[in-house]
Amino acid sequence: MKKVVEGSHAVSEAVRLCRVQVISAYPITPQTHIVELLSEFCSDGSLNAKFLRVESEHSAMAALIGAASAGVRTFTATSSQGLALMHELLHWASGARLPIVMAEVNRALAPGWNIWTDQTDSLAQRDTGWIQLYCEDAQEALDTTIQAFRLAETVFLPVMVVLDAFFLSHTYEPVDIPDQADVDRFLPPFKPAFSLDTAHPAAFNQLSPPNVYMEMRRDLQDAMEAAPEVLEHIEGQFQSLFGRRYGALEAVQCDDAEIILVTSGTITSTCRLLVEKLRAQGEKVGLLKMRLFRPFPYEMLKRRVLRARKLAVVDRNFSFGACGIFAQEIRAALCNEPKRPLVFGYVAGLGGRDVTTDILEEIYWTTKTTAHPESESVWVGLQQPAPAA
Amino acid sequence: MELSVQDREYMCSGHVGCPGCGAAIAMRFVLKALGEKTMMIVPACCWSIIAGPYPQSTLKVPVLHTAFETGGAVASGVRAALDIKGDRETTVVTWAGDGGTFDIGFQALSGAVERNEDFIYVCYDNEAYMNTGVQRSSSTPYGAWTTTTPGQEWKKLRKKNIVEALVAHRIPYAATASIAFPEDLVRKVKKAKAVKGSRFLHIYASCPTGWRMPSELAVKIARMAVQTNIFPLYEVENGVRYTINYMPKGYLVREYFKLQGRFKHLSEADLEQIQQMVNEDWELLLRKAGVSPGAAGPVTKID
Ligand SMILES: Cc1ncc(C[n+]2csc(CCOP(=O)(O)OP(=O)(O)O)c2C)c(N)n1
Ligand code: SF4
Ligand SMILES: [Mg+2]
Repeated sequence: MKKVVEGSHAVSEAVRLCRVQVISAYPITPQTHIVELLSEFCSDGSLNAKFLRVESEHSAMAALIGAASAGVRTFTATSSQGLALMHELLHWASGARLPIVMAEVNRALAPGWNIWTDQTDSLAQRDTGWIQLYCEDAQEALDTTIQAFRLAETVFLPVMVVLDAFFLSHTYEPVDIPDQADVDRFLPPFKPAFSLDTAHPAAFNQLSPPNVYMEMRRDLQDAMEAAPEVLEHIEGQFQSLFGRRYGALEAVQCDDAEIILVTSGTITSTCRLLVEKLRAQGEKVGLLKMRLFRPFPYEMLKRRVLRARKLAVVDRNFSFGACGIFAQEIRAALCNEPKRPLVFGYVAGLGGRDVTTDILEEIYWTTKTTAHPESESVWVGLQQPAPAA
Repeated sequence: MELSVQDREYMCSGHVGCPGCGAAIAMRFVLKALGEKTMMIVPACCWSIIAGPYPQSTLKVPVLHTAFETGGAVASGVRAALDIKGDRETTVVTWAGDGGTFDIGFQALSGAVERNEDFIYVCYDNEAYMNTGVQRSSSTPYGAWTTTTPGQEWKKLRKKNIVEALVAHRIPYAATASIAFPEDLVRKVKKAKAVKGSRFLHIYASCPTGWRMPSELAVKIARMAVQTNIFPLYEVENGVRYTINYMPKGYLVREYFKLQGRFKHLSEADLEQIQQMVNEDWELLLRKAGVSPGAAGPVTKID
């Protein structure tokens, strides 16, 4: 059934359809609408879940670690400061191999206070052992949330479904809301491999000395490495039921492209328009949308981009003292290839600044007219001089 | 004959705590009272070690090891999961040290108790961060040496009164207990098990290693802590009804202090001051329990 819904609410609808059993959350803009609607669902009985109104994001994640260890399907949502506060527990969730799903609405980190979109919050958690999927629009946010539970419960890893603040979280779009029966067919009830059980007492997450720890970490990495293929398989089933598929990456006109723009999140939609326009002008340009960031889809990326001469990576995030994070990872992925495209890094749209077609076009022409990248990241759209206080 | 403390064991011998560890004794008695339908949530503390390394386990109940500051929150999640699965029988227990309770885990504990989560929170109190090598906590008593309060920097601040902090939440049941009074302890655990909502047990658990004393004194010191009013045994129902479970026999705190290396630097004047502080605290407790000093009141004699 098609409905016009807010991006946040598309996620809430997905969580309802997935019959989540324990939700635990703490308010933070711009995530709050997701859990407000879930509270409504719990109160009107359309979702039979326990909703824990905890006293912090830290406790939200801790409570889900408890609930998932006891073998139920769990969900939370957060942003920025809340995600940063959870940091230690993100490692616990993945290390304990708990299939927790979390919606993470990208918001800039303070100071100064800024509630607008910026991916540095989620990308700063890239080493925590969570699968990360970045969404472009509300339909994708809904579909990705449903897929996330299936993926998480297959590889036993937590999944972060990442959405841009406001551009996605607070924008109303027509969204196809699947039937409950179809979602039930796609996502069977959660059956944990192990859970807390008084009939089979065991210790979980206990002291793990050097003689065992490394193998446990390797198991986690094996699960990560399996995830891209599992996602592909799951998406096949998803497509046959719902008619939609996204892929770990989406390549638009990349086959003959000399320059490929690489984007993630809502910037992708703007970039689609630009690519159409430039193609009409005869430019050999392509677009690569990164949906799966962890595990990093090394092989898929190479298949898509190795024929191009240049990549222009647009990062709405920054690693201080280094460069844009997607650019950094893409460079690392390609560095051992004998023939590889030059990687131009651009930083744009931090703290919610608009990334317009003009900005993306500037990025394209700079890439085309520059023989070799002059720095790791070029900051575009900076006001010169900086705005007066 | 029915035993007041059941003979069935839920804790294996061969745990890796130090000889005379009060925390190990506390666990043994608490599990005897709770039985096998129990899940233990253990935030970082000495018990993270005592419970054994992978793939062994000291306990015959499920143990969920968790982050240091999460005892209240993880238990809330486990309880929620059991509720949604329809398991009302299993008792969810958080088992934390004083650091994990008074300090870093206090927010999560306060949140859980404010929500009146249906679980038992046990704080075994050894009055410092022992797992990391005897650093001070807000439970470390006035006068104590620790590795972060060495020499003349011995702790000159009062111990936080954790039970009163929980009572201020109007918690359905809060009680102190001691490894030296196992029957009282077991009775309180059973009572707590029968109450719905949040329950808090503050168990005095001596630590020979951190207190710089011989291991054979572990139980004796615990008994003296009660006899001197340093650690009174009492319980509070619904945040208002106080019952004192043991009336002292007039022992002086000096006797307790002089057996422990952690207090050996204290002068007679310091001990005099500490005696005053203990007397003040005791009188305050008597007033809350509605007992006039020296008079008999709602007292359960237990030795
Ligand atoms: C966030 C965090 N900070 C610090 C530690 C290190 N740490 C582990 S146990 C512990 C002390 C525990 O003290 P307490 O709760 O009193 O238990 P005890 O060891 O005394 O039994 C500390 C500081 C940790 N595990 N996590
Ligand atoms: S340091 Fe103290 S609390 Fe820790 S195991 Fe040893 S005696 Fe027990
Ligand atoms: Mg301690």
